[in-house]
Amino acid sequence: MDSEYTDIIHRCFRCGWCKLPTTYQDFNCPAYLKYRFESFASGGRMWLIRAWINGEIEASERFNQILFSCVTCRNCVEACALPKIKDKLVDIFIAARQDLVDQGNIPPAVRDYLKAMTVNGNPYKMPQEQRGAWAEGLNIDRYEDQEYLFYAGDVGSYDELGMKMARSTARLLKSAGLSFGILAEEETSDGNDVRAAGEKGLADYLAQTNIETFNNKGVKKIITLSPHGYNAFRNEYPALGGQFEVYHYTQVLNSFLGDKIHTGRYEKKVAYHDPCYLGRWNQEYFAPRRILGSIPGLKLAEMDRNMNNALCCGGGGGNFFTDILGTGPDLSSRARVREALSTGAEVIAVACPQCYKMLDDAVKDEGVQDRIRVSDIAGIILESGMK
Amino acid sequence: MDKITERLAEIVGKDYVSTSAEERFIYSRDQGVQQPHMPDYVVLPDNARQVQEIIHLANNDSIPVVPMGGGLVLSGLTIPLAGGIVLDMKRMNRILEVNESSHYAVVEAGTSQGMLDAYLKKHHPRLKHSLPDAPPAATIAGNIAIHGSGHLSQSEGGFHSEMVTGLEVVLGSGEMVKLGSCSTVPGWFSRAPLPDLAGLFLGWNGTTGVITKVGIKLFPRPRFHDVLIYMTEDIDIAPDILFRIIETEVAEDINYALSPKPDYLNGFQMIVINLVANTEIELNMKKKIIRDALYDYYKTKESGFMPLPPAMKGDFLEAPQKALSKFADVKKGGGFEYVGAIMPVEKIPDACREGVRITDRYGITYSLGARIIGRGHSAMFFFAYPFNRADTQDIEKVSHALEDTNAAALKLGGIPWKTEVSGQKLILEQMEPQTSSLMMKIKSLLDPNGIMNPGNWEVK
Repeated sequence: MDSEYTDIIHRCFRCGWCKLPTTYQDFNCPAYLKYRFESFASGGRMWLIRAWINGEIEASERFNQILFSCVTCRNCVEACALPKIKDKLVDIFIAARQDLVDQGNIPPAVRDYLKAMTVNGNPYKMPQEQRGAWAEGLNIDRYEDQEYLFYAGDVGSYDELGMKMARSTARLLKSAGLSFGILAEEETSDGNDVRAAGEKGLADYLAQTNIETFNNKGVKKIITLSPHGYNAFRNEYPALGGQFEVYHYTQVLNSFLGDKIHTGRYEKKVAYHDPCYLGRWNQEYFAPRRILGSIPGLKLAEMDRNMNNALCCGGGGGNFFTDILGTGPDLSSRARVREALSTGAEVIAVACPQCYKMLDDAVKDEGVQDRIRVSDIAGIILESGMK
Repeated sequence: MDKITERLAEIVGKDYVSTSAEERFIYSRDQGVQQPHMPDYVVLPDNARQVQEIIHLANNDSIPVVPMGGGLVLSGLTIPLAGGIVLDMKRMNRILEVNESSHYAVVEAGTSQGMLDAYLKKHHPRLKHSLPDAPPAATIAGNIAIHGSGHLSQSEGGFHSEMVTGLEVVLGSGEMVKLGSCSTVPGWFSRAPLPDLAGLFLGWNGTTGVITKVGIKLFPRPRFHDVLIYMTEDIDIAPDILFRIIETEVAEDINYALSPKPDYLNGFQMIVINLVANTEIELNMKKKIIRDALYDYYKTKESGFMPLPPAMKGDFLEAPQKALSKFADVKKGGGFEYVGAIMPVEKIPDACREGVRITDRYGITYSLGARIIGRGHSAMFFFAYPFNRADTQDIEKVSHALEDTNAAALKLGGIPWKTEVSGQKLILEQMEPQTSSLMMKIKSLLDPNGIMNPGNWEVK
């Protein structure tokens, strides 16, 4: 592990500030919420990594479960009391995973995920040719020299809800008259979650492939469907030579409201769920709220844990694909649905295809489909009836 | 899976029992200097009935049981000295009742200070409870069980154990009992007028039973809040300054602190006075009352009120204060020993001198201080020694400082607080024999097989 990390890892004294949001309502770490053992809290993880480095414990199946159940949501970073080490917490967990990946000692689910990414280029083991299937019938041009590239990503390209979200977003971009194109089968995974899972080499390869494609096609500006891609392009690609102007789709739609997009009425109470990779990782809390707040009739509710304290859906850090957190009522996605219900909301608005799927499943697991549903922000705008 | 693990899994569910090396490692140690001891099992019960079944099982198979709340005691009280089961109570974190009129809340034993605070702010914004200086993940039950104190201990009735209005407890023998008014009528409003049995579980370090529910007093939450800091270099005038502040009856919290860091404050005693009020007029009046009370001192210009920039003031208005956890990192080493001693207020200057002598002796850094308890009936003095977990010499020095501090506290006429086993032995040696004998008789009655946190409060 990087000496920068080994030099500070013993400084965590497990004070436990990291377990609660800065507003204290309830546990904020999806892994700790699910398992409840001290070992699954960020402080416990720090002490175990140190013990592993010192040879006091071995990298067992349980150790791997503890490390790979971190969803990289950065809630612990927000709450940690120690300014000099807090920003490094998640980086340390990812670095420890990287060491395990390098040693070939990883959970089977992570192995299968990384294998699919290597062999198929996507976690769904779907053909590359079908990457653009989501856009069928929308009459969207391939990227040539348009102003923007619209990047759908793995979930937007292959997951049913992700594809629906990509279609809604593309329809809005088209109706606004935006000059954009897509890469379809030429698109490569952004690599964000591969990096978070600890496979830096593969993540770098995916990034370099994308950078080469983007540069060859003259891409300057990118709109991403997923906050995960947004994070990778914005924060990881520049160090690898990929300099692009990157926007999350909610930022673009926000700029069109009242000008190129005129919404209808939406007579529902809506709770917005902040995605970790848009919020805590990139400090974008307001564009989605401004969109929702501007829709006539829509009542915007805030969950107790919101913005920098928002509870993660549990899908980050590769868990969306590896499902290390498993099932049960203490899953953060289910806790999040209960939290949304407590506001009286009828709809949970999402801005991330992974959150969409995680929360949609959780609504079913909670058995509350008759009380609440999940919808992405583009879908809500379309439902409102465009003027 | 051995038979005990199987049986525990039947009680709490297999996901909530661990015999893994990882959990055994984490639950074998805390942040202080006490030596680790591995548990055999770590168990997370969901309700009092499960706790009772675990205690029955432990009695049948002579397995030690160590209850644990937030795991932030720092003095090894939740380290399983004889192995066995560590009972992590944090799944039991439901807030069961808040009675606004009678000012109490009933919570399960794993409820954290932070969660109750957030719950009250949302649902009962006119009420609050006394928050300890510990991080918000500390539990209500863990803190009352060690006679903890907090930001309302000066003004609202003393140690947190004195704010308990009722308990539900599983005895070491396995019976489940309710103590206080809840034993007789539905409400959890008072321990009086019944024989006060709650004391059988407060200060006993989990050696008599497992607390499963707590009734805790709530207090009004005034809207306005401010802080004054009085500074002096004269250690001997501190008791009189404290007396004058207490006498005004307007201070919510009074803390006394001494630290060599930052350098420009080395040698200064800081008296931090927190004030609350329902109106700005009332708040300003309270500040004036405090200033008037100390006029004789600050007119000499040898001591005075510290100007507080807004950012710094914000830190002092927080409860709990994150700054205390930041102090624990001063050695950049992830180790923190926080030795307390409950003592008479007039002993504060001597305790400060002794603390500085001890830290000079071992060449370690410190933060010393005291919270005034119950309008001056006693002080919770603290000696905080951060250390580097990666430095064995540093650990050894702090261990010696800890031993010396316990001995010094007793010599000064105080009693070490939540002290580790060696400190408990010092107390028992000095205790009236009839008192320690009574303690052992009570313990034998409540925990006949000696399964509860063995090693603690033991007379050999």
